Amino acid sequence: MAYLIEGDSGNWEVVIGMEIHAQVISKAKLFSGAATDFGAAPNSQVSFVDAAMPGMLPVINDFVVEQAVRTGLGLKAAINLTSVFARKNYFYADLPQGYQISQYESPIVGNGEIVLDMPDGSTRTVGIERLHLEQDAGKSLHDQHPSKSFIDLNRSGVALMEIVSKPDMRSPEEAGAFLKKLRSILRYLGTCDGNMEEGSMRCDVNVSVRPEGSDELRTRCEIKNVNSVRFVQQAIEFEARRHIDLYENGEAPVQETRLFDSRKGETRSMRGKEEAHDYRYFPDPDLLPLVLDEAYVQRIRDSLPELPDDKKARFIADFGLSPYDASVLVADRATADFYEQVAKGRDAKMAANWVMGDFFAAMNKTGRGIDDPPVTAENLGALIDLIADDTISGRIAKEVFEAMVDTGKAPGVIVEEKGLKQVTDTGAIEGMIDEVLANNPDKVAEYQGGKDKLFGFFVGQVMKATQGKANPKLVNEILAKKLKS
Amino acid sequence: MASLTTLTLAEAREGLAKGDFTAKELVEAHLRAVEAGRDLNAFVTETPDVAIDAAAVADERIRTGRAGPLEGLPIAVKDLFCTEGVRTTAASRILHNFVPPYESTVTAKLKQAGAVMLGKANLDEFAMGSSNETSHFGGAVNPWRRKGEPKAKLVPGGSSGGSAAAVAARLALAATGTDTGGSIRQPASFCGIVGMKPTYGRCSRWGIVAFASSLDQAGPMTRSVRDAAIMLGAMCGHDPKDSTSAPMAVPDFEAALTGDIRGLRVGIPREYRRDDVPEEIARLWDQGVAWLRDAGAEPVEISLPHTKYALPAYYIIAPAEASSNLARYDGVRYGLRVEGDSLDAMYRNTRAAGFGREVKRRILIGTYALSAGYYDAYYAKAQKVRSLIARDFRDAFGHVDVILTPTAPSAAFPLGEKVDDPVTMYLNDVFTVPTSLAGLPGISVPAGLDGQGLPLGLQLIGRPFDEETVLRAAEVMETAAGFTAAPAGVEG
Amino acid sequence: MSLDKATVRSIATLARIDVPDEDLEPLAGELSAILDWIEQLGEVDTEGVPPMTSVAEMTLPRRADEVTDGNCPDKVLANAPESQDGFFLVPKVVE
Ligand SMILES: [Mg+2]
Ligand SMILES: [Zn+2]
Repeated sequence: MAYLIEGDSGNWEVVIGMEIHAQVISKAKLFSGAATDFGAAPNSQVSFVDAAMPGMLPVINDFVVEQAVRTGLGLKAAINLTSVFARKNYFYADLPQGYQISQYESPIVGNGEIVLDMPDGSTRTVGIERLHLEQDAGKSLHDQHPSKSFIDLNRSGVALMEIVSKPDMRSPEEAGAFLKKLRSILRYLGTCDGNMEEGSMRCDVNVSVRPEGSDELRTRCEIKNVNSVRFVQQAIEFEARRHIDLYENGEAPVQETRLFDSRKGETRSMRGKEEAHDYRYFPDPDLLPLVLDEAYVQRIRDSLPELPDDKKARFIADFGLSPYDASVLVADRATADFYEQVAKGRDAKMAANWVMGDFFAAMNKTGRGIDDPPVTAENLGALIDLIADDTISGRIAKEVFEAMVDTGKAPGVIVEEKGLKQVTDTGAIEGMIDEVLANNPDKVAEYQGGKDKLFGFFVGQVMKATQGKANPKLVNEILAKKLKS
Repeated sequence: MASLTTLTLAEAREGLAKGDFTAKELVEAHLRAVEAGRDLNAFVTETPDVAIDAAAVADERIRTGRAGPLEGLPIAVKDLFCTEGVRTTAASRILHNFVPPYESTVTAKLKQAGAVMLGKANLDEFAMGSSNETSHFGGAVNPWRRKGEPKAKLVPGGSSGGSAAAVAARLALAATGTDTGGSIRQPASFCGIVGMKPTYGRCSRWGIVAFASSLDQAGPMTRSVRDAAIMLGAMCGHDPKDSTSAPMAVPDFEAALTGDIRGLRVGIPREYRRDDVPEEIARLWDQGVAWLRDAGAEPVEISLPHTKYALPAYYIIAPAEASSNLARYDGVRYGLRVEGDSLDAMYRNTRAAGFGREVKRRILIGTYALSAGYYDAYYAKAQKVRSLIARDFRDAFGHVDVILTPTAPSAAFPLGEKVDDPVTMYLNDVFTVPTSLAGLPGISVPAGLDGQGLPLGLQLIGRPFDEETVLRAAEVMETAAGFTAAPAGVEG
Repeated sequence: MSLDKATVRSIATLARIDVPDEDLEPLAGELSAILDWIEQLGEVDTEGVPPMTSVAEMTLPRRADEVTDGNCPDKVLANAPESQDGFFLVPKVVE
């Protein structure tokens, strides 16, 4: 069901587009041989090119081009075999050249799409407008000194992919799903680590609203650097409401760039800074057009891994999982691999329940990641096998799993040590039942007098007597038989 | 050996090899000349210590048979080439104190070849000018004087005016220059020396302070065509650090000087006959045609229809690129800083104080030409015209091998005569700019003196990367012209 | 095409060059004269002519993804008008 915001004048729909700046995974920068590692000493990863020393010239990093193409293919996008680098001219303390080398009229990647997986299992397709390569800027620190800002150029020149979506999202939830899905795809491809805390993935959101049912595109505001899924959703909610209030007071928002204040949960205008911005784009005369051939693109296409959407489809088809479960399991590549290892040759649904249930819970509880799981896929698989062959009951299995998390031991070992093997010996169970009935003649009488619900009492007694190890199915059968007689 | 400073590179190379004199003697003779010639203001920075040390190394390498092609030969370096540990100013106040921690590819190659740097030569600020008068350090002076006017100082042309003056006045055996719209060829013509702008992409631009990236090219300024061939060979070559550097092998340019141009088709572009050009220049041009014909070449009248529009197109494209290239001079990482109470104020103060009048004019024109709403009318339009100009040359080279034109529309003029009129000043480059826009190789060869006794050059233009044919024809013309005149006070 | 003072002022702002008010008028004159002269480009029929991208008839060379540069903060900072603790210093930027 659609996400609508109630106003005095009626319902409003929110229209959302996103611009993601994703740092390309590469050893060296886009146009220089300086390193890209995070958190190095100030200005230690700066070449004379990055510092824009006189006479320095850019030379493009081939691997970064490959990464951009790989990402384009992952977004099912058109790859432009000829693209052009342009200069975006403006002055800022952390922009040494006085211009950013970016792509303007001819980006390396054109139209593509991303399929969002919604919690209700449904999907939504969001268009990708373009992806282009550009240089990152340096970093300004403003709180080191009363009257000075400190400039570190380590990031200056690091390769970024700017990924621009079409204004196809209609709710904060979809915006969040877009971010998560894009991050998942980039990680599958190995083209960006998607780390929003370290700023290797940064998000600008374009928001506008319109009355329910209308298809106009009203004035949008761009909210800069909203750097977590939660903040993105907060920012959209706030901004949409702000627009609606303006319209309903007979005013209108002005097209502008705004900043999200995560402490206050509001957006505020950056006007003044934006004023008189005229970027004077023109093709960078230090560079020539970037020309690729189909074979180059094909080589990269052939090397693509199975991506989340395909994996999801396969999990649904091969394992009979629900679309939602499948999307949860494929979101992270390592998790998907873990699940497949557990599910292989076993009841796939049961495997999914264990992975998404007790296993995810254990990861949260122990704070351990999928690369260092609290229980290995092998052991979790073995546990499921013990349930399947009636060695233990599902209830005992939970207890065994706990022990596996605590000790790291294999389930078989734990079952042995704790003597948790299920009792399936009919004779033994009959003996115990006889004993229980003998000890409770009055209850037997009541039952036979018609108090059927006492059946549960007898079962409980038998289980108690066997510390839960008696096979419940057998207990029920035998008990029923004996009480009839 | 009073005449060590009048040798050509080729003669000096031979003298060193034969042991007639040492690199030390050769270099010291030039350092004395540099000192004696200070009134020419040809150098922004003299580097005698660097030169003396390099000379000692050169003598050692010659002695042990490890001499490079330019071993021990003293040259001047235009102060637009970044030189490691030696102040590099681009003749601008904004870089008055900049000491590069790196060496430009071209000067590194020259050092590698054994050349000895005497100092950094004066130029128009950021190479923007045609008279050297925009230099923050004051203009260099042309060693030539008009007949009977020994006091009246003349400009050496620009922007490589210091280099041209130094070579003409025998302060250096040769010099590096850079040419964006005529900055090597026009001063060469004004100072009676040889100046060559190679094909765009032949010499690396890495480490050369950028003016207009799509046009800038380094080249040799010498006293003979052979010297130009020798020096060009040491300067050029593919450089992976410059994305526009051509991945081509370096030919033996000297070997191309066969003296034989029989059957060579020489294009004479109709459009270069302008009525605003002095009669004696037109006559010298005809003379040049005659010399080449007598040597067996075949003159062919050609048409370069868009010639007239080259200059206005150039004065959009070059300033537009410059406005962006010079944005890095912001007082943050190097060079001049004039404080202000905000970052923006610091920028505005620094750039207002750091750039001279002509540089500001061009930055503003370029900024305007690229700004929203004007891009198509100016920048895009100029780049389309540029395509047409390049096409003109491509068509012409379909039926000629080289093109002969005058280098400049006038001889050297008095200091201050044109400073207040930008457009008249721009007209100096009317014959050199089209070649630059097309990226073609061009050379200016001293061909004669005008009525006032001032040198005039003729320009030969060639196909892309066909410097060899250009040099061969140039040497033939040089021989025919037999230009031996030298500025007063300098033995020829 | 003649520029007025206001236009020159805004261009100068874009270019971050401080121009005192008294200089705006003469500067506007100089720039207008140059632009008037450039106007003749309008005479050229460029219908269907592609703008020149580069005279170098080659495509963009690409380098390998290797760390070959950097690690020289002292050289990077050597010419800085003002630096401290390895950073360049500028007048405080108010966000
Ligand atoms: Mg953007
Ligand atoms: Zn961007």
